[in-house]
Amino acid sequence: MAYLELQNLHRDFGTVKALDGIEIQLGEGEFLSLLGPSGCGKTTALRLVAGFDRPDEGRIVVDGKDITSVSPNKRDMGMVFQAYSLFPNMTARQNVEYGLKIRGRDKADRRSRVSELLELVGLGHAGDRYPHQLSGGMQQRVALARALAIEPRVLLLDEPLSALDAKVRVQLREEIRRIQLELGITTLYVTHDQEEALSVSDHVAVMYGGRIEQMGSPAEMYSAPATPFVAEFIGTMNRLEGTVVDGGVDHGGKKLTIEAASGRPTGQRVLVLVRPETVEVTPANGAAASGNTLVGDVVTQTFLGPVTRLKILGTGVDVIADVPTQTALGLPVGTRVAAALPADGVRILELKEDLPEISEEP
Amino acid sequence: MAPSAFLWLLIAAAYFLIPLIATFLFSLKSNQTGKCCTVSNYSWVIHNHGFWESLKISSLLALETIVISLALFVPTIYWVHLRVPRLRPVIAFLALIPFVVPPIVMVVGLLRFFKGTPDWFYAKPWGFLAGAYVILAFPYMFFSLDAGFRSIDVHTLTEASQSLGAKWTTTLFKVILPNIRAAALAASFLTLAIVMGEFTIANLAAFNTFPIFIQYVNESQGFPAGALTLLSFGITWAAMLSLLLVGRKRGARSAVIAGGR
Repeated sequence: MAYLELQNLHRDFGTVKALDGIEIQLGEGEFLSLLGPSGCGKTTALRLVAGFDRPDEGRIVVDGKDITSVSPNKRDMGMVFQAYSLFPNMTARQNVEYGLKIRGRDKADRRSRVSELLELVGLGHAGDRYPHQLSGGMQQRVALARALAIEPRVLLLDEPLSALDAKVRVQLREEIRRIQLELGITTLYVTHDQEEALSVSDHVAVMYGGRIEQMGSPAEMYSAPATPFVAEFIGTMNRLEGTVVDGGVDHGGKKLTIEAASGRPTGQRVLVLVRPETVEVTPANGAAASGNTLVGDVVTQTFLGPVTRLKILGTGVDVIADVPTQTALGLPVGTRVAAALPADGVRILELKEDLPEISEEP
Repeated sequence: MAPSAFLWLLIAAAYFLIPLIATFLFSLKSNQTGKCCTVSNYSWVIHNHGFWESLKISSLLALETIVISLALFVPTIYWVHLRVPRLRPVIAFLALIPFVVPPIVMVVGLLRFFKGTPDWFYAKPWGFLAGAYVILAFPYMFFSLDAGFRSIDVHTLTEASQSLGAKWTTTLFKVILPNIRAAALAASFLTLAIVMGEFTIANLAAFNTFPIFIQYVNESQGFPAGALTLLSFGITWAAMLSLLLVGRKRGARSAVIAGGR
């Protein structure tokens, strides 16, 4: 049975539909990331669960109890905010202790629990420091310990890493996952960073325009995006527009043999989705392009460590390919290359409307 | 320090110090003979019943005004910041009114408005005058506290506190107030200074506050007035210092609010 349920949640702000019928069911101890661009409604959903805002329609159920109209201080939700949420007048220890004091726990109990939690987040030595004496990463660790102190029913994380440096971000997200698994706490995590979401979650829900576009395991989301938006948002994807022809897809006059196209009505507008790492690149050698091969020139090379990303442009051709860095050395900018798309393992989605623009996070 | 900077500092210091020194020398002259030097003027002030009585009234009035103003404005401004930020400019505008309306107009208005109210309010400084001073202190209270609230993330701190189980009163006293302490202190200083020096309203409403006593002595006794001026100056500073010490007692270390990272 689901432990946390969001049932048909609607929330409007004026004419803007921040949430347009959200349905989520999350088992106890599971980690769900709400992923999407800014303005997609993910934070609104989290705030409804926390109780800081009320839905116009729908219910929030935790462990079988409807908490939709319960005030936030009675919900037992542990929340970690983006930043600056520690009480500046209290030390790290006092911050963690705050929720326990409110719950009227006795002093000895509080003391041991706070020490335990500070140890858990790796800050046993920094309990007497004030927030302004802690780095951004340390502050978020304290905030996590503070949220966990009250033994919340659900842990809510609202982009807790977005204000941190890249390195600290990776380190801390792994730690959040470790602690979550250790305590077995049901967790709702809001982020706009797909790498973050994919790396720590049991489930990922991609949101757009107040709706859930797709929800599934990270692997499913990556390998089988259900909508053009999800395909665009998760990972890097080549999107080739075309129309279905017999046994394949016509892309700018070039027929691509694609298994997934079979069974689709001829003439249907589709989007062929190809991951850059599945594109094989070889020097063109003047030979005519054959099969699923698109010919173009390498216009940029982006070094990504073990692989190098090539942008290949030609007449009606615009693809990116990730090739081993060693291979890329033999394909300098300006080289005419043949980019071979795989015939299977490629996804096709019907293109009903133009793709939404994905806005950059601030 | 560069010589020119030193010169400016000297000029600035002289601007404030010369009148004080002159008043001090003046206050040392005998009220009978006009000759230097005697402390009899100070002794006269200290042994004057009117001095202590009016000082007591003004000090208590200042305290009352500060307490009422803080109790009234801290929760209000907190609420405005939290829930109805659109109202902030409206309140800021209202807060300017006591600046714009001349005290004489205000006191006449207030006296007429409250005429017929019970004596314990209308005829006592603790009632009518305190009410008028709360209005007078409103701009100082508002702009100081508003700056304090703007320096912290009211929303996030409140929500963090709520999610940990706190009621809004607990949040206000344990989380918000300690972090706007500096602003609340500044507002209190300004209020104290206003009440200790306010003349027009007290005079027209016929209450014997400290400034009224100073004025009375000034008109009747030349040299003791100098002594009284210096004493009142010292008393006001001592009061501010004690307020500062009381305010600092618990939160000296915590007064630093973590800035943006």
